[in-house]
Amino acid sequence: MSHARKERWTAFLILLPSIILLGIFVYGFIAWTMRVSLSKWDGITPDYTWVGFENFHRLFSKDIGGVAAIRFRIDLWNTFFFTVLFLLACVGVGMLLAILLDQRIRGEGVFRTVYLFPMSLSFVVTGVVWQWIFSPGTASRPRGVNALLGMMGLEQLQWRWFTSTESIGPFHLALIPVIVAAAWQMTGYTMAMYLAGLRGIPEELREAARVDGATETQVYRRIIMPMLRPITLSALIVLGHISLKIFDLIYTMTGKGPGFVTDVPGIFMFETTFQGNHYAQGAAISIVMLLMVALVVVPYLVTSMRGEVER
Amino acid sequence: MSARRSFDPMRLGIYLLLILFAMLFLVPVYVMLVSSFKPFAEVQDLSRMWLPPKAPTLESFQAAWFGVPEKGLRGLSLNIFNSLKLTIPATIISSLLGSMNGYILSKWKFRGADLIFALMLFGMFIPYQSILIPLTRVIATIGLGGTIWGLILVHVVYGIPITTLIFRNYYAEVPTEMIEAARIDGAGIFKVYWKVLFPLSMPGFVVVIIWQFTSIWNEFLFAVTILQRPELQPITVALRNLAGSQIKEWNLVMAGTLIAAMPTLIIYIILGRYFIRGLLAGSVKG
Amino acid sequence: MRNNRVWFLVLALVLMSALALSACAAPAAAPAAPAGEGEQQGEAAAPAGENQLEIFSWWTAGGEADGLNAMYEIFKQKYPDVEIINATVAGGAGSNAKAVLATRMQSGDPPDSFQVHAGHELIDTWVVADKMEPVTFIFEDNGWMDAYPQGVIDIISANDEIWSVPVNIHRSNVLWYNKGIFEENGLEPPATMEDFFTVAEALKAAGVTPMAQGDNGVWADNHLFENVMLGVMGPEKYAGLWTGDTDWNGPEVKTALETYAKMMDYVNEDHAALNWDQAAQMVVDGDAAMYIMGDWVAGYYTSLGLEPDQDYGWAPVPGTDGVFMMLSDSFGLPKGAPHRENAIRWLEVAGSKEGQDAFNPLKGSIPARTDGDRELYNVYLQSAMDDFASDQIVPSYTHGAAASEGWVTGISDAMTLFVADLDVEAAQTNLAQACVDAGVCSE
Repeated sequence: MSHARKERWTAFLILLPSIILLGIFVYGFIAWTMRVSLSKWDGITPDYTWVGFENFHRLFSKDIGGVAAIRFRIDLWNTFFFTVLFLLACVGVGMLLAILLDQRIRGEGVFRTVYLFPMSLSFVVTGVVWQWIFSPGTASRPRGVNALLGMMGLEQLQWRWFTSTESIGPFHLALIPVIVAAAWQMTGYTMAMYLAGLRGIPEELREAARVDGATETQVYRRIIMPMLRPITLSALIVLGHISLKIFDLIYTMTGKGPGFVTDVPGIFMFETTFQGNHYAQGAAISIVMLLMVALVVVPYLVTSMRGEVER
Repeated sequence: MSARRSFDPMRLGIYLLLILFAMLFLVPVYVMLVSSFKPFAEVQDLSRMWLPPKAPTLESFQAAWFGVPEKGLRGLSLNIFNSLKLTIPATIISSLLGSMNGYILSKWKFRGADLIFALMLFGMFIPYQSILIPLTRVIATIGLGGTIWGLILVHVVYGIPITTLIFRNYYAEVPTEMIEAARIDGAGIFKVYWKVLFPLSMPGFVVVIIWQFTSIWNEFLFAVTILQRPELQPITVALRNLAGSQIKEWNLVMAGTLIAAMPTLIIYIILGRYFIRGLLAGSVKG
Repeated sequence: MRNNRVWFLVLALVLMSALALSACAAPAAAPAAPAGEGEQQGEAAAPAGENQLEIFSWWTAGGEADGLNAMYEIFKQKYPDVEIINATVAGGAGSNAKAVLATRMQSGDPPDSFQVHAGHELIDTWVVADKMEPVTFIFEDNGWMDAYPQGVIDIISANDEIWSVPVNIHRSNVLWYNKGIFEENGLEPPATMEDFFTVAEALKAAGVTPMAQGDNGVWADNHLFENVMLGVMGPEKYAGLWTGDTDWNGPEVKTALETYAKMMDYVNEDHAALNWDQAAQMVVDGDAAMYIMGDWVAGYYTSLGLEPDQDYGWAPVPGTDGVFMMLSDSFGLPKGAPHRENAIRWLEVAGSKEGQDAFNPLKGSIPARTDGDRELYNVYLQSAMDDFASDQIVPSYTHGAAASEGWVTGISDAMTLFVADLDVEAAQTNLAQACVDAGVCSE
């Protein structure tokens, strides 16, 4: 064995434990879950009788799945609106805060800390606190935001928040408090990313543009925004995959809600599997979740890796 | 430059906006603080929900920390301790693994190493629901069901991708010349790591340890499915239980959230710089 | 040379992982091993902390927790050396706890004994899966076969064995009402569903919210629905729903859904934000006149210091006079209980007259045994004891007596939708589908 070859082997051997562990715990388990999703397992005792895609049909066809299909459709819509609005809030507010903080602000460190600290908390903590803030109370004894509105004499704005069943088309308004809570937690993340991006843009570039007669707004629109685009993409992927698989926050804050107004696949999967003991059905839901996440993440991983090889 | 002007309404606007957002971000903290320092009777008075306590008291913290046995309430002190027992070993083991992996994947690339890396990374994005059913069964089969060790194993395994990623990006910045030089001196794969990279690794370890500590501390789904024994529950599960009670004593619950949040919050406030670095590294390329 | 070092490291790694594994295995092995006969009496090797008893329940607060503690006290007097671990999971009439229990049983970590609703919830989930030990021997050894009514024994039996020890009986079909409001308006508690709407209309006209509801948690919708079904279709048809004899697509279920939808015109608008205890509170506070809920409400009122018949009134749910919709909390013996001997001792306390008479007056339920000491129970509970002895008994589905956990989950999903849109036709289709999915109805 040549020297270099031996070392390559050693390198591989060092990686081997991790490769084996992840091979089993990620890929092996995913395959296992897929197998469960194609089985008849309904109840505590495993039953691997092959039923093909029946559990998936039940999720997507109302005629076969009945209420499961209805619930899943609502879940997908909820996930869609939650993701879109959550991303918009995080990217919009995060970028705004980063740009503001980039203006040579006194006390920047304090502001940064304040915007970013929710990131260090658990989704469970966030869920509990925001549940308290948005729980509507009763008409005679309002609480949370409703109590605040009452104190300010704005009773007409009192609302049932996450217990409301109102909707605009397929968008359930009860999702709004949940989105606020999620955005509160994650906006600091996009802010930090943008701030790092802004700091990475050499001052000479901006100066040069200004010399060319560009206004501050133009500098941002023509020079800075385009340079922040890769950061936006990264933020969208990271936050997007979090929102597609969100569970802890909503489970703690609201649960599925009346008429599934705040239900998401993560909660559906958890309840179906561990409360209803419909293991095969739960596995099918989780596989759909996995596919949704993979759709977002795999292209990103592939391009990232390619970009690196080219470098 | 605008900053040099003595008064600029634009800058005033910027500060006002920043302060407004800061206040909005602190609303939940305010609610936590005013509620947790109130006695039960006062927190029940919903008309005072947004007002500071009349006479601040530590009784809810005391009850949340030590428990109220006659109400069937276990103290969170036990759960904080459980979370530490879980988080510290899991953090250390996964950081060490990540460091070795990152070293190999940045400095000893063999053929297919990039593919392996990409496949490893995928593990950090998957919804864990998609591995939960086999996971609970395997943990039970190998005799780790309902033990802290079972949850440590889980966090170590699913922590490998992120720790590897951070270290790989970190070591990529170490000039290859340094390694070449050491190799010319006859250092092998381990000696290079030990003599050259490890001494440089401290900032990397700080980033990874902070990142892993906060995410394991804050994790809920694995904990709720694997470690439900009351005497072993980590803090997130215990908090969810406290808040899920039928009759909510919100002063207690808010004191509980503060207790649960404290360790990661302190780390963040002291070592925030590194926390941000961990965050940025988490986005694959940063 | 380098080669040696590599192998040394690999060896070290292997050793380390072996060490780690053995360290992992050690704590796990102890509870996994079936408890030997002599284990309790201070076996030399067993550390003192190992003489434990872990009881799993969702009784976290109020009278339920007090009652459980009273049983613990009796146990402690008998077995002072045993350390009791009170494993409780709060919320949602046990729905959270059930998920927790399922994950624990799945991960091979059963508690020594756990609370479970007697009936299908126990049998269809845990007995069928072969996760339980029969407790018939405890009944025989303690001479309990005659101490429990046959109807109760039937519910906890399957395959010629008894599978759990019931500690109490609750009644589902109770209408709680505010006596003051009814007197002021010259009303009587309604006896039929038609009466209900007449009364509700009168109350509404008088500016009172006729009925309280707190369904933040779908089980409260299920609870109201099972009572409406019972009131509309009567005990035979209702019982037939759970055996496949009554058609879920039939007119009775349709009428029940329509009645339910109509009732929603008379409930407090913020019902989705409230829990059952807040709804119960509305009645005694005078914010609502009536409330349909199980008789743990009486226990809750007792914990508020209220007296039955003075501070609140009760009646059977309209249309259910002479029928007792029951549910029962029971404790079972899981296979592989870490401290089996202690678990058996616990079940003996839980099933004893002494245990039940300590537990039930506090919990606000009646004993599952026939020989409970009437003197210990308040007026409401005495009336429930009388009714239980004389009424026709039907099982509650919301609380696990009538249907499997999986089926109830299906019905819950249908009800979650129904309460939001009140679409009777869709709900009936979904309910019928849930019965088919449960394997009780055919397509």
